[in-house]
Amino acid sequence: MNKRKKRLIMRSIILAILAAAVGYTFYSNLTKEARGNLQKGDEAPDFVLTDLSGEAHQLSDYKGKGVFLNFWGTWCEPCKKEMPHMEKMSKEFKDQGVEVLAVNVGDSELQAKKFAKQYGLTFPIAIDSSKEVQDAYGVNPLPATFMISPDGKVEEIVIGGLVKEEQVRALFEKVKP
Amino acid sequence: MSDLVQWSGNLLYASFIMYLVATFLFGGSIRQKKDGEKQDVNRWGKLGITVTVIGFIAQLGYFFTRWAAAGHAPVSNLFEFITFFSMMLVGAFIIIYFMYRLAVLGVFALPVALIIIAYASMFPRDISPLIPALQSQWLHIHVTTVAAGEGILAISFIAGLIYLVKTLDHSKRSKQTIWLEVIMYSLVAVIGFVAVTMAFTMSGYEAKFDYVNKEGQAAQETFNLPAIVGPNEGELLTPGQFEPLVEMPAFINSKKLNTVIWSLGAGALLYGLIRLLARKRVGALVQPLVKNVNTDLMDEVSYRSVLIGFPVFTLGGLIFAMIWAQIAWTRFWGWDPKEVWALITWLFYAAFLHLRLSKGWHGEKSAWLAVIGFVIIMFNLIAVNLVIAGLHSYA
Amino acid sequence: MGKVKCECGHVNPHGTVLCESCGRALTEEAQKEKLHDMRYEGSARRSQTYNKSIVDKVWNFFSSVKVGIWLIVLTLVASSLGTIFPQKLFIPNNVSPETYYEETYGTAGKIYYTLGFYDLYNSIWFIALIAAIGVSLVICSLDRVIPLYRALKNQRVARHGTFMKKQRLFASKQGAIQPEELDKIKEGLKSKRYRIREEDGSLLAEKGRFSRWGPYVNHIGLIIFLIGAMLRSVQGMYIDELLWIREGETLEIPGTKGEYYLKNEKFTIENYDKEKDPEVFNAALERTGSIVKNYQTDAVLYKDENQDLPGAKPKLVKVKEEEIRVNEPMKFDNFALYQDSFSKDEMKAMELALTNKATKEEAGRVNIDLFNPKDTYDLGKGYKVEVLGYYPDYDGVGENGEPKTKSPVPNNPAFLFKMISPEHPDGEISFTAIRQTLEPVGETEYKMEFRGIETRNISALTVRKDLTLWILGIGGAIFMIGVVQGAYWNHRRLWIRQIDGEIYVAAHTNKNWHGLKREINPLIENTAVPIPEDQQA
Repeated sequence: MNKRKKRLIMRSIILAILAAAVGYTFYSNLTKEARGNLQKGDEAPDFVLTDLSGEAHQLSDYKGKGVFLNFWGTWCEPCKKEMPHMEKMSKEFKDQGVEVLAVNVGDSELQAKKFAKQYGLTFPIAIDSSKEVQDAYGVNPLPATFMISPDGKVEEIVIGGLVKEEQVRALFEKVKP
Repeated sequence: MSDLVQWSGNLLYASFIMYLVATFLFGGSIRQKKDGEKQDVNRWGKLGITVTVIGFIAQLGYFFTRWAAAGHAPVSNLFEFITFFSMMLVGAFIIIYFMYRLAVLGVFALPVALIIIAYASMFPRDISPLIPALQSQWLHIHVTTVAAGEGILAISFIAGLIYLVKTLDHSKRSKQTIWLEVIMYSLVAVIGFVAVTMAFTMSGYEAKFDYVNKEGQAAQETFNLPAIVGPNEGELLTPGQFEPLVEMPAFINSKKLNTVIWSLGAGALLYGLIRLLARKRVGALVQPLVKNVNTDLMDEVSYRSVLIGFPVFTLGGLIFAMIWAQIAWTRFWGWDPKEVWALITWLFYAAFLHLRLSKGWHGEKSAWLAVIGFVIIMFNLIAVNLVIAGLHSYA
Repeated sequence: MGKVKCECGHVNPHGTVLCESCGRALTEEAQKEKLHDMRYEGSARRSQTYNKSIVDKVWNFFSSVKVGIWLIVLTLVASSLGTIFPQKLFIPNNVSPETYYEETYGTAGKIYYTLGFYDLYNSIWFIALIAAIGVSLVICSLDRVIPLYRALKNQRVARHGTFMKKQRLFASKQGAIQPEELDKIKEGLKSKRYRIREEDGSLLAEKGRFSRWGPYVNHIGLIIFLIGAMLRSVQGMYIDELLWIREGETLEIPGTKGEYYLKNEKFTIENYDKEKDPEVFNAALERTGSIVKNYQTDAVLYKDENQDLPGAKPKLVKVKEEEIRVNEPMKFDNFALYQDSFSKDEMKAMELALTNKATKEEAGRVNIDLFNPKDTYDLGKGYKVEVLGYYPDYDGVGENGEPKTKSPVPNNPAFLFKMISPEHPDGEISFTAIRQTLEPVGETEYKMEFRGIETRNISALTVRKDLTLWILGIGGAIFMIGVVQGAYWNHRRLWIRQIDGEIYVAAHTNKNWHGLKREINPLIENTAVPIPEDQQA
């Protein structure tokens, strides 16, 4: 009798190990797509970029402030549409501790400058010419917006254009210190 | 340089003749034999194996002279690979022959080798330089090992076939005899393919078509056989040639399908002719050749060939293949159709071994499995290269 | 309960068919058999002895070879289904699979897509099949190897008479063996590398027992291989990235966390040349047009010394310079860079001439870097060109009358220029694209004439790190060892015993019976020991 019990335990252990291995394989295969990308609640990867006026911006320097981190390009139509809202909100929230950082992806300096002038943009614009920041945030389609809280966490991720001003305002509100 | 190529071609031709002669010598040896159990081989059998070995040496000569001419082992296109496979089949036959001294194996193995060589010769035979992906020592290691493994496994098919020819009751119509006839017909259809291709090549038949390909673009294709089926939205450009009867959708390669239809047709004609003249099934026709065969021994030869061939095939078709794929294609496994079919072949023989070892599938069941295994190998060799395009379609 | 004691005194586990020691049949079925089933030496396969709890039921399910074979066959059939049409991986990546299969293959394609066969090898049920094979491998092996080991270890020399009678090769004869004869037989067996054991006149000659472990060894190899494959999904074990890099560019190598950078010095495609390459290739070259000889990226590998934040200027230290070719990846620090793909002749710079339309006189030329155009190009003598707008991938004019660009890549570069000349100090406006000039705000005296283009190639390199390779390698090697061990050696045994004035001889092999007969018959011939007969033939 005792022996039979021992065998049962043995079998149960082996089956449990196998089930765990198989379960893990399933879990990791099913979450493969999502893994590696930045998720809400993650620590926002730090980076440093130089803006068009030559000033360096490091994300960690913005601790204590909310950051509206926007990835854009001049060829991207929805980017053009959200820029005026961003400009307006950046002025509105400047004193409330939320800053805008616009990271250009793929354009030359000339294009970015002309664009900023055309749309009257006053917030800092930096070109990610090495695409390193873009990779760190896993940005693929543009525009992409990351709302970063004062303690450096990703509060919200928006892929795609922000059509309404109210939408943008709500995002700013979210990361107000 | 071109002398070497010439020599190489002649040697292959010589080996073809030798195998043909050896087939008849082995046939002669059977007629005299009384008992199938291993015994002293008679004079005809000794002559047969001698000629086979000389033929094999000639084919080795073909292989190495062509290697010298090209600067790489001739295993880089369909003609070269299939020829090499036939050489490995004969090599495996020679080894098994010396293990069991069975002349009857030669009567079946050598014709199969002959058909395979003839089939190979229908593909472009010029020496082509290696594309970057093939420029590796692994080409030699991987391809030769795979061919060797498949050659040995093919002997298991030969033995299985002999077993079936001997044991099936050909006087009655049954599922088994029909399937055996299908196998016989397939072999005849290959001969049909060779005959038709040679006939139209010699007459210089050519029909050009404008058509719309799979990608929706205009393209041209030249048919060397009268087009029974034509390409998608095809327009015959060569005046006076045969207009296609049916047009195929874009994703089907109509030229290849047309060749298949011709081969099957010519095969049917040949097969029908044989049946008409012999007035019995092909299986029954060749049965006298295996009259004295010890079926138990044939079963063992078949099983033994799988046992010898399976590890070689695993090494070449999976392990070496994975190592090279990791080097050339950055990943050891990528579900390319050829890879998948190598896996299928491997799984099939794994199932074969388990069925035999644990479920006691001996004799006829085992013989059928050996036949199916060979069908899978042939499918991977021919259909996957020609029909399912993938990374391996070099020819 | 649970134990079975044999006449010979040996205590066998419950469920044993043939006594592990003397081989006597312990069950009624076995006693009735004409020949004994020797597959597992008649040992007690544990799975068959208990069938109580759910754990036992699951265990017994996976322990069945029949189930194992079904799993193999199902996997085989499933795999073949995946090759009917190309997998998702192999279709053009700019089309949606949903429409592609139906458009290309019609209804069959639609069904193929709907059933999920277009991505079959990543589907849950396919992975489940492979996983089930893995489980079956473990349990089947465990369930058989231990009893088999016990049976082979406990076997004694003098086997029970009925055991011998029910071997496939058996014979008996009245008489007695002379010691000299037995010595001669032993001598012969020894020369064939048999190990010989004797017990009061009985003899057991055995060889190649280790080949019985072959199946279990190869199964262990397969299990290790599957574990390796499973570990690839563990983060950090496996990296697969693609790096598109232009000639002259230095980029961070993705997946290295900013540690390594690569510079593409040059990308080359070389075709075989009828003049330079061996003459034997000419026929093939004529038939096929052209054949590629080489794809090559001349690369320089750098390490970033200060390994700082993304976006920061790296401090690069050269590690090595190498030519990356197909089949010759660059290796460093568990990474390998493979030549994967390329794009030829991307535009890099454009040369334009400021030309007087009437006189066709050139006032000067500008060479514009398409990746970093300047604001103004001063041509001297009062001639100047200002760039008002740059559209690298010009795609017509938008609703607001503004020129549009499709992407930031200079596929079809276009410029809006202000041309300043002594005659027109305020400038004339010209819109210039390749082979196209527009005058959007009135006719101009000057134009920007296209003079030429500079191009460069882009190389695509696969960045690969795979820390599971060694596990797969070990698994593969063990599998090969096991499969060769099981296939190329045979476990052969010969028993000789004298019972009641009769000489019994029996022989067993796990395969290759003819080989066994050929080996032992000559040794026994012309002795008092009869030649064993094949009771199956």
